[in-house]
Amino acid sequence: MTKKDSGIAFNLISRQKLEHLSSLEKLQYILNEVKEGRILVLEHGLTPTEQTQLIEHTMKEINHDTFIGIEIGGYENEKVGFFQRVFGVVKKPRMTVIGPAHLLRMVHKDNDMIETTIIPGKGAS
Amino acid sequence: MGLLERFRESRFSKIIHKMFGKNHAKIGIYGPPNVGKTTLANRILRDWTGDIMGSVSEVPHETRRAKWKNNIRIDNGGSSLTMDLVDTPGIATKIDFKEFMNMYGMTKDDSRVRAKEATEGVIEAIRWLDDIDGVVLVMDATQDPFTQVNVTIIGNLEARNLPILIAANKIDAENASPATLKSAFPQHPVIPISALTGYNTENLYTMMVKEFGKKRHKQRR
Repeated sequence: MTKKDSGIAFNLISRQKLEHLSSLEKLQYILNEVKEGRILVLEHGLTPTEQTQLIEHTMKEINHDTFIGIEIGGYENEKVGFFQRVFGVVKKPRMTVIGPAHLLRMVHKDNDMIETTIIPGKGAS
Repeated sequence: MGLLERFRESRFSKIIHKMFGKNHAKIGIYGPPNVGKTTLANRILRDWTGDIMGSVSEVPHETRRAKWKNNIRIDNGGSSLTMDLVDTPGIATKIDFKEFMNMYGMTKDDSRVRAKEATEGVIEAIRWLDDIDGVVLVMDATQDPFTQVNVTIIGNLEARNLPILIAANKIDAENASPATLKSAFPQHPVIPISALTGYNTENLYTMMVKEFGKKRHKQRR
């Protein structure tokens, strides 16, 4: 991870930036950014299948001296109604925060709030 | 042999079961590290076969390779379920070898080996999802249930249309709150249990036979 003097990068990623990428490209983009020490807030998160793949890719990338994994928190996917399901509308992923586990800690998460903190000594003022 | 028992043993009964239900399923025990997955697997095996699945430890990631036992038959009144039970390594998004050193007094070398094996275990657990028919998702009833690992596993299983039973474990602990788990995941059955003492496991077995015996069309990912 590259901890810059200016502090920790916190990037808010729009839905449009990721929607044209394949699942694999999306995961590679996220993991590369997080390994660089950036915290990402995705406007449009990952599907449960993509989240599982992200965990799998993360495990492959763990290097015990430089990268210990990720911290991730997102709201549950939007529920779709019966008629939407009939017309093929699938559950939509919602806002998700992802960061390197040595920098970002999930404090609390429920249906209405995701509370995180930067780990003391890693850039928090 | 009574009429009911004769019906159960009959070819007609077997045809009915083949059409409307399963009586042999591969069931995975999933969850984050240290929630009591192997303790539960041992409890199930001890109750129905007299065997055990593996060792347990307070140090996270004790189970680092999936273990399984085949043909475990659970009887529940008039119904039964024969299952292959898979005890999977705990799923986590991070593994820091320093935690094993600082919190559990392990040596640096042992901690690094354990952490490396734990990462492989997580991958193995995820890959097993392709090959199972139902999941007992074990959660620690003393902890906040809204972890991303829990949410991710549930979302993944729902996408695959696999049946889920949530075992709210460690109910014997003073600060356990199974009601919090029930309100967090109202769409799935939550069964408060103590895998350690065996409290309420009969209810879990009843639900396993009921939920995992249903015929479903699982979605491949």
